[in-house]
Amino acid sequence: MAVAVAVGRPANDELRNLSLSGHVGFDSLPDQLVNKSTSQGFCFNILCVGETGIGKSTLMDTLFNTKFESDPATHNEPGVRLKARSYELQESNVRLKLTIVDTVGFGDQINKDDSYKPIVEYIDTQFEAYLQEELKIKRSLFNYHDTRIHACLYFIAPTGHSLKSLDLVTMKKLDSKVNIIPIIAKADTIAKNELHKFKSKIMSELVSNGVQIYQFPTDEETVAEINATMSVHLPFAVVGSTEEVKIGNKMSKARQYPWGVVQVENENHCDFVKLREMLIRVNMEDLREQTHTRHYELYRRCKLEEMGFKDTDPDSKPFSLQETYEAKRNEFLGELQKKEEEMRQMFVMRVKEKEAELKEAEKDLHEKFDHLKRTHQEEKKKVEDKKKELEEELSNFQKKKAAAQLLQSQAQQAGSQQTKKDKDKKNSPWLCTE
Amino acid sequence: MEGQPVQPAPEETPRDANPANVGLELFGYVGIEAVLDQMRIKTMKTGFEFNLMVVGQSGLGKSTMVNTLFKSKVSRKPTGPSYEERIPKTVQLQSVTHVIEEKGVKMKLTVTDTPGFGDQINNENCWDPIIKYINEQYEKYLREEILISRKRKIPDTRVHSCVYFVPPTGHWLRPLDLEFMRRLSKIVNVVPVIAKADTLTLEERAEFKKRIQKDLKAHGISVYPQEDFDDNSDDRILNNKIRDKIPFAVVGADKEHQVNGKRVLGRKTKWGIIEVENPAHCEFPLLRDLLIRSHLQDLKDITHNVHYESYRVQRLNESNRLALSPINGLLGKDEVESDL
Repeated sequence: MAVAVAVGRPANDELRNLSLSGHVGFDSLPDQLVNKSTSQGFCFNILCVGETGIGKSTLMDTLFNTKFESDPATHNEPGVRLKARSYELQESNVRLKLTIVDTVGFGDQINKDDSYKPIVEYIDTQFEAYLQEELKIKRSLFNYHDTRIHACLYFIAPTGHSLKSLDLVTMKKLDSKVNIIPIIAKADTIAKNELHKFKSKIMSELVSNGVQIYQFPTDEETVAEINATMSVHLPFAVVGSTEEVKIGNKMSKARQYPWGVVQVENENHCDFVKLREMLIRVNMEDLREQTHTRHYELYRRCKLEEMGFKDTDPDSKPFSLQETYEAKRNEFLGELQKKEEEMRQMFVMRVKEKEAELKEAEKDLHEKFDHLKRTHQEEKKKVEDKKKELEEELSNFQKKKAAAQLLQSQAQQAGSQQTKKDKDKKNSPWLCTE
Repeated sequence: MEGQPVQPAPEETPRDANPANVGLELFGYVGIEAVLDQMRIKTMKTGFEFNLMVVGQSGLGKSTMVNTLFKSKVSRKPTGPSYEERIPKTVQLQSVTHVIEEKGVKMKLTVTDTPGFGDQINNENCWDPIIKYINEQYEKYLREEILISRKRKIPDTRVHSCVYFVPPTGHWLRPLDLEFMRRLSKIVNVVPVIAKADTLTLEERAEFKKRIQKDLKAHGISVYPQEDFDDNSDDRILNNKIRDKIPFAVVGADKEHQVNGKRVLGRKTKWGIIEVENPAHCEFPLLRDLLIRSHLQDLKDITHNVHYESYRVQRLNESNRLALSPINGLLGKDEVESDL
């Protein structure tokens, strides 16, 4: 018997509200969720952007009430680089994996055109790592160590005038990638009235340049009030200190000057307490969520669109992503093959050419060699001929010489005979004339 | 949020071999634990979704059980003399969605009923529509997840838990039960319960349970809570206690009666009143605690992290393999689609 699926749904899609007649018990759901998260632990990653010596490390120490070991950076870094350090903090039963990323060498160079680039690259790399994990076939997202930056603390130098152009450029590049919280560092160098002017100048500059800093959420009643009041004080003017000074009858964190003591946790002195409230105690979860749902989704969308994927309409084949990917891969492989063929052809052609050239050269050489050989033969023959001639002459000469000698000897003989005769004649009585 | 200074916690030893993860001592109260409250508030605002499926032959008390669980008229039972004629010829799945709220916690509850399951003479492949439905929900979620522009919160219609009603024969599991549970425990969390347990005495009940447990083990069926997913030893101890009692023997009732001056939910019979919430009478409180009060989040997590992931792996591998062969690539995809 054939079985068919018929999923019956209520005629109207609106959900009915039911009233419970007793205690069911699912109000423990948030607790169940919280317990599960507690056993896994939380991840929080902060990026500190600011010039060297502006107080980033000290502020981190003060915020988390501990000493993060790190040496102060030098001022002669050739470029901006990011240094990330991870720590595990535990408070009662909450485990926090805190990663602090520092920008070493920011603002130190003479030419600061590219200062923002390493920062943007780092943030993108973290998003990319998460995207890769998410796109894997066999993935393990629930115990993935999240390295995406959840909050960026931008340290503004306390000039008292306005934002530097480096600050504006960097913040504009970062505002769509990370939650920016601007803070005024070393706020004890600014007097109260100047501080107010400075803050409003900064905020108006940010607004007029279209920089989107992190907005504290005001839609949840429990935190709306506190968030609204705190937002008024942005950017927070903070003072960081890890040294304790005795004030009244208890030790508190402060900076001691000859003219007075600046207390870090005194709200009249600086906004440190506000920053700590906002960053850790009220909005940490919201920062993480914004990073995941807004900044990461934006990155993912841009990246996938860049790779050529599109969302198709609802009634198309499933896994258009897979399809497009496969199509692209085949295309790419085809191109690769074509290129390989081309290269091979070119290579073969070149080899042939070279071979031809070499053959030509060889032929030339052979010809030359033959030519030379022939010349050599000819010369040799000539020399032989000449030699023969010479020998002939020589032999002729010898013959002549021999003949001449013979004649001479003959002549001599004849001569001597003659003289003998002469002598005889002389000796004969009739010639003797004495 | 300003708390009194807490004793500095002992230094945390690094959990992994990474030397960069240094455990640090806090000199004073920082306020990190406030993140728990933040999370709680956030989840209460967004609300929860829970999808339950009840499977079993008709007349075993599925609808009554769901109504008792959630203390409201979740499923509308067809009443009246024409009920007998309404047994459907094929297995159908009916989903009903409600929003219930308790102490500020909103929950969107979806109960999927399966009338017609196991009711025909030839029950071969009666689990197919159910498997198809469950996979369809996974498919829907997967498609939402791989969109380029995703929704902020993907609607979750995946079945988090499937309660299977075993008829109280008192002997062994029937072949239908075994087949069904074997196939479904691979793709969804199956919680078997003995329905209408008021027909068994306590000894019979214990015997029946032992036999069922032996049967399940012999056939390699792992029902919820699965042994492989125990996170740590605490969980294991707790879950072992639960596993000893699986399957729960439950009785459903939605009428209240007077017992000792209190109004309790129960079934009234000539020989006494069976109190549903009395642990000595039936194990309904255990089931309710398991499903709602203690393990609801765990059910959802296992569905999301284990069952959904394995479906995703299988699906991506399938379309990967099919796409690679150029000739029947297109054909293969159509086939896959019709398999759903």
